[in-house]
Amino acid sequence: MYRSNVLVCGGTGCTSSNSELIIQRLKEEIAAKGLEQEVNVIRTGCFGLCALGPIMIVYPEGAFYSMVKPDDVPEIVEEHLLKGRIVKRLLYQETVVENSNSVKSLNHTPFYEKQHRVALRNCGVINPEDIDEYIAVDGYQALGKVLTEMTPQDVIDVITKSGLRGRGGAGFPTGRKWLFAAQNQADQKYVCCNADEGDPGAFMDRSILEGDPHAVLEAMAIAGYAIGASQGYIYVRAEYPIAVKRLQIAIDQAREYGLLGKHIFDTDFNFDIELRLGAGAFVCGEETALMTSIEGKRGEPRPRPPFPALKGLFGKPTILNNVETYANVAQIILKGADWFASMGTEKSKGTKVFALGGKIKHTGLVEVPMGTTLREIVEEIGGGVPDGHTFKAAQTGGPSGGCIPASQMDVPIDYDNLIAIGSMMGSGGLIVMDDTTCMVDIAKFFLEFTVDESCGKCTPCRVGTRRLLEILNKITSGNGTLEDIDRLEELCNYLKENSLCALGQTAPNPVLSTLHYFRDEYIAHVTEKRCPAGACKALTNYYILEDKCKGCTLCARNCPVGAISGTVKKPHVIDTSKCIKCGACMEKCKFNAIVKR
Amino acid sequence: MKSLAELQAIRDKARGKVTLREGQDDAIRVLVGMATCGIAAGARPVLTTIVDEVAKRGLQNVMVTQTGCIGICQFEPVVEVVEPGKDKITYVKMTPEKAVRMVNDHLVNGNVVTEFTIGANSK
Repeated sequence: MYRSNVLVCGGTGCTSSNSELIIQRLKEEIAAKGLEQEVNVIRTGCFGLCALGPIMIVYPEGAFYSMVKPDDVPEIVEEHLLKGRIVKRLLYQETVVENSNSVKSLNHTPFYEKQHRVALRNCGVINPEDIDEYIAVDGYQALGKVLTEMTPQDVIDVITKSGLRGRGGAGFPTGRKWLFAAQNQADQKYVCCNADEGDPGAFMDRSILEGDPHAVLEAMAIAGYAIGASQGYIYVRAEYPIAVKRLQIAIDQAREYGLLGKHIFDTDFNFDIELRLGAGAFVCGEETALMTSIEGKRGEPRPRPPFPALKGLFGKPTILNNVETYANVAQIILKGADWFASMGTEKSKGTKVFALGGKIKHTGLVEVPMGTTLREIVEEIGGGVPDGHTFKAAQTGGPSGGCIPASQMDVPIDYDNLIAIGSMMGSGGLIVMDDTTCMVDIAKFFLEFTVDESCGKCTPCRVGTRRLLEILNKITSGNGTLEDIDRLEELCNYLKENSLCALGQTAPNPVLSTLHYFRDEYIAHVTEKRCPAGACKALTNYYILEDKCKGCTLCARNCPVGAISGTVKKPHVIDTSKCIKCGACMEKCKFNAIVKR
Repeated sequence: MKSLAELQAIRDKARGKVTLREGQDDAIRVLVGMATCGIAAGARPVLTTIVDEVAKRGLQNVMVTQTGCIGICQFEPVVEVVEPGKDKITYVKMTPEKAVRMVNDHLVNGNVVTEFTIGANSK
């Protein structure tokens, strides 16, 4: 029996900052102190507070160590694990209690207090490579209940009543999707999982797969029973090697326990799951393109109808749900539809995971009830915008979404409200931008992404996105006209109406929403040839303020192109025709004498 | 997997792996002095005995943890039992055998083993 559990984050964020080496050092040090029988080291999934990785939690005290380095390990083992003295200097600052050997519970820190973890409930708690730990936290109980006590129609009724909607972005009611597929008769049906998370900045599906893979498998089996399917496919990105590895381990363990395979729980229900690796095309997150890709063909979308519930994978009735959607299913079965429906807003039930990124203090994963405001997420949970800058806007929904300006920060976030203010839920990427971000530049960034990722099958998307990008380039380089802005808007609306799939239909959203809320920035680029945020290189110049310059020559010595001239102790001057706008002078100046405008 | 009972059996067996990680605000805390003085006096076998006994009896509401030196080194190994809303009980000069009795009498049945406490030993 272990007296202490040491949980080390093995998610992608912490792994890339060396948590593997920490685990190895921990095991060595624990062995050297003869504590192997007393202390158990567990590699878990993501804890969510990625900004402070690598993260380690020591139970039973619940001490939350952040930014741990391999060289800190001997101290933690000697002091904490051997002598019971918590190493305060490594604690997450919010959990420190002065003059005490105990810590404040993580659940009472600003980052976690407002969160409500349903989809992420096991991430950072269990070892994802050990099916026993999943079973210990009531794993596969829901599957057992469904197979032994419920009819397929009962299952669909519970999911429908819970109000669960697709977490991939569009928000289609999950129960209704399952019902359509259940009603269509066929000799074979399929259950698919969309784990082709492609939005820049979104990583919640990845964290669920890495931290709690069995939750997805269990939910897919439940869905298979509900619609009458015996085969499932998980379409996961090959760029997620840890997720792929843990999914495969999970599938193997579930098969070994007979939780996948034939006659599960001694019933007539058979279900198995296979992995299919995606090669990284963004369009393969679109449902028809994803299924075409699973079939082994080039991943391109096709017109709907027929919808996949009627003719999907291999022409058979198929349901496709996103990872996060599945992660809610077993909980709904066990705790009931009413429990789930008690969280959230009138039309959006439950919780949503957001991947916080950009100009925010606590980068990471947060799960909050639907209806939480952007202000609560950014300022209270996320810790606000760092370095004294001010919040300008947040981008949700990735390349298909839009911007939420500061004036809309108090709108409760749910599917319908986000659409009403010109953005969308998307998969839940939430990128925070401050006053140094140029909104035209952001629109350009997302357009560059969609131009790269357009599959080329339909003309509006293939040619239209490229033309949009060209107009944006023209504007940010200072050559735009007011007519260009009108033309941009017209082309956006054309793309929305005429593209084949959601990729093209939503590609103009970043442009339209920035035009809606930040039209003045577009106009400043065109009429004044000025970038208000100082981000567009072609429109900004560096100047030396004469009264602040002490003539220390530091800038002149660091300029890579010799654009700065002047004599010692006399104000220097930048030759804007030579300047390449690298910003090296501004970084080096100790007197804040260099400005960008 | 043949039945829910089979799943339940795996669950019960695996519970012990994860219960430590569920934070309990109202748990009884058992603190074993594990500074140099405590370790020298034999606190380690006392600690492991308590952990094993607590697990053996399936006590869910008990959290066993170490603490540093509280300044009464001549009485080590020291074990403190902190129950929410009650006075702290300090056991001194503990041994694995005494620890077994402490778990049984105090933690399971709620009877403080007065003869092992500091009050009975400092006279």
